Amino acid sequence: MATLAQRRRAPKSERPFTERAAGRWLRIYVPILLFILITLFPFYWMAITSIKSDQELLDHDQNPMFVIVPTLYHYHYLFFETHFLQWLTNTTIVAIVSTAISLFCSLLSGYALARLRFRGANSIGWGIFVTYLVPPTLLFLPLALLIRTFHLFNNLFALILTYPTFLIPFCTWLLIGYFKSIPRELEESALVDGADRIQAMVRIVMPLALPGILSAGMFAFTLSWNEFLYALIFMGDTQSKTIPVGVVQELIRGDDFFWGQLMAAALLGSIPVALLYSFFVEYFVAGMTAGAVKG
Amino acid sequence: MSTATLPKIAAEPKRRPLHVRLLNREAPLGYTLLVPTMLMLLVFLAFPFLWGIWLSVTDAQIGVDETKFIGGANFLYERGDTVFIQSFWNTINYTLVTTVFKLVLGLSMALLLNQVFPFQRFVRAALLLPWIIPSVLSTLAWRWMFDPTFSVLNWVLVHPLHSVGVNWLGTTNTALASLMVVNIWRGVPFYGISFLAGLQVIPVDLYEAARVDGANRWQQFREITLPLLRPVLMVVLMLSTILTFADFQLPYVLTKGAPYNSTNVLSTWAFNIGVPGGDIGIGAAISLVLFPILAIAIAGVLISLRSKD
Repeated sequence: MATLAQRRRAPKSERPFTERAAGRWLRIYVPILLFILITLFPFYWMAITSIKSDQELLDHDQNPMFVIVPTLYHYHYLFFETHFLQWLTNTTIVAIVSTAISLFCSLLSGYALARLRFRGANSIGWGIFVTYLVPPTLLFLPLALLIRTFHLFNNLFALILTYPTFLIPFCTWLLIGYFKSIPRELEESALVDGADRIQAMVRIVMPLALPGILSAGMFAFTLSWNEFLYALIFMGDTQSKTIPVGVVQELIRGDDFFWGQLMAAALLGSIPVALLYSFFVEYFVAGMTAGAVKG
Repeated sequence: MSTATLPKIAAEPKRRPLHVRLLNREAPLGYTLLVPTMLMLLVFLAFPFLWGIWLSVTDAQIGVDETKFIGGANFLYERGDTVFIQSFWNTINYTLVTTVFKLVLGLSMALLLNQVFPFQRFVRAALLLPWIIPSVLSTLAWRWMFDPTFSVLNWVLVHPLHSVGVNWLGTTNTALASLMVVNIWRGVPFYGISFLAGLQVIPVDLYEAARVDGANRWQQFREITLPLLRPVLMVVLMLSTILTFADFQLPYVLTKGAPYNSTNVLSTWAFNIGVPGGDIGIGAAISLVLFPILAIAIAGVLISLRSKD
């Protein structure tokens, strides 16, 4: 068998270096560059459009890939002539508060389901997992009636209270995985030393689960930042809209598309999550795949 | 083992108040910790879900206080609604086609990223972007790229040939396909990065052993990579199928169902009927059509996951 392997490998290393390099380029670098080009082009297009004047945008003879005289006019308009800053504030508040609520709930339920033994724990765990799979598309009509009953239309609490329905199941599931990876012995020795269960949970388990908590928090923040359907239905007033809804409903006037402003708004609305994510990319990837790999 | 140590602790500190002693036992503490989650999910998820089922069998309308039970009339009505039928098939088409592409492209992306190459961290971060950014905003950029007069895609693909540009979103032949392109663009990173994580936990020795036995690359992929990737594959497929099946943002921002309902899917049609149209009962019935299909997808994956345990 070893001889077979040698025979198979030998010709490869005898090939000239340039040929191997060319093979590598074709097999790896070119496809990766293609993936990157296609992935990033829409973002380039957003950025380049947002700094073009309207004349340049509507000029058929100009090469659309580049800008001749860049301008910040669209950004200026966005900040001073529209409610963009208000939408930014709304989105931030909703994302932070609903993330906090969801993290609080999921930390408790995740710990209970991962660590404590009680009747029905397993079924409750699967139940929560299944609710994660119920999409907003299925719930938006009755939820709208519920929000009306609570008199919460145009109130940020309409979003703060409904977003956790898709955040909690996800975060709980993610945190169960993290809690399970922490050795029980650490907690048990604290219990033997006289700490009660809640102390053991807060002082021993939570700090160790910090990476998991961070990635759950990032996911929750990103998902609430990006949510569209509930915000579209619950927030009718210009003043109370979030960025995705404000941009789509208020910056598109009838059939007129002011692409300069629209792309400026799209870019600004994407930057917070992009920044957050670029700082914590490892947690993000770990969190995204935790459920999948462990599930 | 916690069951062994527990009685000792519970018996030892007798002077602690009752609620502390209770919370030191696993079952009471467990139920207490679940209260906030259960409360949120019951009020804002389970209850609306049941209410939705009730609405689907009533003639509820926005602005009309009286609603009465009308049985399966909404479902019967929808069965004869050509737009509903078209939306239904569009949804199936949209989900099946994009899932196949996302699966193949995502797998290739993962296999590529699993190689050694420079700027690995940057490349991974960049490739995940479409999935992180608010869908509505990136979809808006695509809408601008599909613009009938100023489409940059036409400039790149058609302009060199000096022929007339394609009206991507404006003609029934290309509109749904354009939606699929954007969905694939947005979804591939999720597949790619999840699969990559799955690939990275496969032990390298397996491949070495296979090479020693004379297995070629394709055989290694089929006999080692695919079977070991199966759990990740199933979970990603399930999540993606559900999200694609219920996708609202992308069709809403790109076309709102136009032209001639060629891009209406169940979610946008339920929205049209229920919100601007005001027929909540019929809208709820349309949403519910999603459920049995989703339930089958979920059950299938759950069974395959649990049978492995």
